[in-house]
Amino acid sequence: MADALKDKIADVFDEPACGTNVSKSEQQRKKGCAKPLTPGAAAGGCAFDGAKIVLQPIVDVAHLVHAPLACEGNGWDNRGAASSGSERYRTGFTTDMTELDIVMGHGEKKLFRAIREVIAAEAPPAVFVYATCVPALIGDDIDAVCKAATQKFGTPCIPVNAPGYVGSKNLGNKLAGEAMLDHVIGTMEPEAPTPYDINIVGDYNLSGELWQVKPLLDKLGIRILGSLAADARYKQVACMHRARVTMMVCSKALINVARKLEERYGIPFFEGSFYGISDTSDSLREMCRLLIARGADPELMDRCEALIAEEEAKIWAELEPFRPRVEGRKVLLYTGGHKSWSVVAALQELGMEVIGTSVRKATEEDKDRVVDIMGDDKHMFDNMSPRDMYRLLKSAGADVLMSGGRSQFVALKAKIPWVDVNQEKHEPYAGYMGMVDLVRAIDRSVNNPMWSELRAPAPWDEPLTEGGVLPAPKGNCPVTGIPAGPTKPAAFVPVDPQTLPSATPPARVAGFVSSATDFEDC
Amino acid sequence: MAKLVHPKRALSTNPLKSSTPLGAALAYLGIEKSIPLFHGSQGCTAFAMVHLVRHFKEAVPLQTTAMNEVSTILGGADQIEEAIENLRAKSSPKFIGIASTALTETRGEDVPGELKEIVRRRKDFADTQVVYASTPDFDGALQDGWAKAVEAILDAMVPAVTERDPDLRQVTLLTGSHLTPGDIDELVRMIRAFGLEPIVLPDISTSLDGHVSDDWSGTSLGGTKLEDIPKVARSAFTLAIGEQMRGAAKLIEDRAMVPYRVFQSVTGLKPVDALVRTLMGLSGLQDPPPSIKRDRSRLVDAALDAHFFTGGLKVAIGADPDLLFALSNALTSMGAEIVTAVTTSQHTPLLERIPADEVILGDLGDFERSAGENGAQILLTHSHGRHAEHRLHVPLVRVGFPVFDRIGAQDVTRVGYRGSRAFLYEIANTVQSQHHRARPEDFGAAPIEKEFEHVPHTATC
Repeated sequence: MADALKDKIADVFDEPACGTNVSKSEQQRKKGCAKPLTPGAAAGGCAFDGAKIVLQPIVDVAHLVHAPLACEGNGWDNRGAASSGSERYRTGFTTDMTELDIVMGHGEKKLFRAIREVIAAEAPPAVFVYATCVPALIGDDIDAVCKAATQKFGTPCIPVNAPGYVGSKNLGNKLAGEAMLDHVIGTMEPEAPTPYDINIVGDYNLSGELWQVKPLLDKLGIRILGSLAADARYKQVACMHRARVTMMVCSKALINVARKLEERYGIPFFEGSFYGISDTSDSLREMCRLLIARGADPELMDRCEALIAEEEAKIWAELEPFRPRVEGRKVLLYTGGHKSWSVVAALQELGMEVIGTSVRKATEEDKDRVVDIMGDDKHMFDNMSPRDMYRLLKSAGADVLMSGGRSQFVALKAKIPWVDVNQEKHEPYAGYMGMVDLVRAIDRSVNNPMWSELRAPAPWDEPLTEGGVLPAPKGNCPVTGIPAGPTKPAAFVPVDPQTLPSATPPARVAGFVSSATDFEDC
Repeated sequence: MAKLVHPKRALSTNPLKSSTPLGAALAYLGIEKSIPLFHGSQGCTAFAMVHLVRHFKEAVPLQTTAMNEVSTILGGADQIEEAIENLRAKSSPKFIGIASTALTETRGEDVPGELKEIVRRRKDFADTQVVYASTPDFDGALQDGWAKAVEAILDAMVPAVTERDPDLRQVTLLTGSHLTPGDIDELVRMIRAFGLEPIVLPDISTSLDGHVSDDWSGTSLGGTKLEDIPKVARSAFTLAIGEQMRGAAKLIEDRAMVPYRVFQSVTGLKPVDALVRTLMGLSGLQDPPPSIKRDRSRLVDAALDAHFFTGGLKVAIGADPDLLFALSNALTSMGAEIVTAVTTSQHTPLLERIPADEVILGDLGDFERSAGENGAQILLTHSHGRHAEHRLHVPLVRVGFPVFDRIGAQDVTRVGYRGSRAFLYEIANTVQSQHHRARPEDFGAAPIEKEFEHVPHTATC
């Protein structure tokens, strides 16, 4: 590992704004917060994956992955970050390194040529070059290549140094943030900065979630100046240093970016969430409070409160019709990154019973809130193995599982409704309007008549009450042509003689008579 | 419980229904070495034949008594006799199925009487079975004509039995007009898997399945063997697929005391379970063959994968009653909502059991209007629904007859565990193919400021 990268990793691990880190001893802190992975029992993406997740939603940039095919070939176009403009971010660009490139050390040259070609073909505002394990291992210096390419072609080429083996997805998120801090943020100026400009960090506009919130900001006159990286343009990242406030959405993954924006440019940040009604309101209030503290007109708060009151009333009215359809349903919540306590609160408000929630990756503060909302800590659990979850669901402990894609099939194979609440989902559930979509999704899922049909026994799970003993088949088998001889007794199971009226079953089909009712309930 | 709606209008726009005699002709084509014969003017036959050819992509032997003005007024018995004579000379069919048309029915001929007289007089016609069904165009639709033809065949060929002597391994499979050759194949496969041997009537799976035979034939290229038809009297049981086959099943019972059961649908988990349960009873098999059990398990999994797309899906469907019933129930059992149901014939008790608020007895004009008003997200009807598809910008899944702008319509299978699975995939994939990318305006969000957009090759700030 290059020294520069080593230092960078040590730097992002030593995060003063992270509560967990601050509470550590000096010695523990040096070890970093990467938990060693267990071979044979690890799940989740690598650092490169994490970097890509953070940066790919920058829609007009060409994202060039310097790697053999697997990194981009197996991973491109798999997330639903939505764009209101360019579709370039969805195009998979890679150097597709071959054996010859690796053996002969042609990696850097190939990368340089690839950069030239992508600029010629696409004329992007910037090229992001992602390092991966193999070029990092053979010593390709992507920083140098990017520097040379930037000088030669005049288009910023940004090295993103997060090869997979350095650590987890979370580390990759942070390293991607560092790349932006080092090379992009502060390189452009907005035309007309206003006191109502904000940064949103850590949202990726999955299925358009940002746009469920944006109308609220539009109404308050708040502008999303910088975005990392929901529906972002390159220039929006480059102008992030001119915003007045940074909102860090749902996650501590990019806390290094938020903190350094504060340190370098004096932009205060707060952690907020747009999942759930109360969290959305709280986030808006906090945003306005900080904006006013940084020079916005104090009447902003009045407008904010009026908007919250209006929107909350509207959304509860819209949710009310769903109450009879979801009331009393038992929900098991199994989510990772984002905080969903306010979602829990809203579901409970609608009469649903949250029987358990995972507290993976949750802070102590978060856990306190769970106890607050759910009464005690009996319903909190850390990791649950798929087998345990299957058992819990199968024993009808829950009516619906809300989780990410990983546990989807645990629920489905247990014939339990499942609602996707993680990054891969196809429906946006953010802001006030997103709650209606979420509850509608729950309604649609738990009330699908399919479940009762699927859970009903198969025709052969119940003993035959009609039928009889048939003679062996005559002639040849229509499929195999094998003749049915007397040596091959028919493998038919006769009806239990005790269930028949007479001891000797008659050689006829019993119980089959025509009826006017027939098969009515299909 | 659906309410039947008769639109109050004189004008029919874009017909949904195909004619009754065409249904009869199709049923006759499921008999081996047969030629359907329309008793009417030659245009009646030409339109029907083109319709059939466009759907099956096969040469269809369909003939006409070629009624002219004089014979229409004076009576068409001579025309029928001459037609039979010419067909025998030209193609030596073993079976001729006659279907009347609106023209001859409006005049009111006593064809059964005339036909009896002709057959009595013309001893040389003895080796050709001639069957007649009354199928005026002005009453009912394709499936009614089909049902009448099947009843006419059975009426002419099933002997009356005074004592029951069943072959316990033989069952009769009466196939409704809504089944494709692929559907029939699948049902036969399932029945055989239980060690039972079906007599299929009519069997278009061997005549209109699209195959190349060794020789040119002026008659149907396969179908139910003529000598098998009387044997239905000895079947242990009659399995009637589609409510339209109830009359035929009842006719066999009246004649030969064969009990029957009508399966209004064999699409979807529960309906197929009911069929399998019956086959288990008939064969005495508590433990069905592995293929049946595996196929059910696959259907369950397919349902799990498909329900994300079918849940809450707004469906408009236009089809003959039996097909409408089968498909709409299969979809609502998967959480879909039938917002538009249009059908062609009221001669069925099924209509009130269609899972929709109302069933319109109408045409594709009604279909398009209702689908548009009710915000349908997917259309299910035959190929003529493509006009609605284009105007409403809603995808069309082609079901029923005719499907003329796709090849392989005969292979499409939507029955049994396997066909139901394919149907769920078909619907779910059609929904997915219409993927709508989220846009800011969907949520009422303002677009992003122009200044942030990258303008290639010009200086930015």
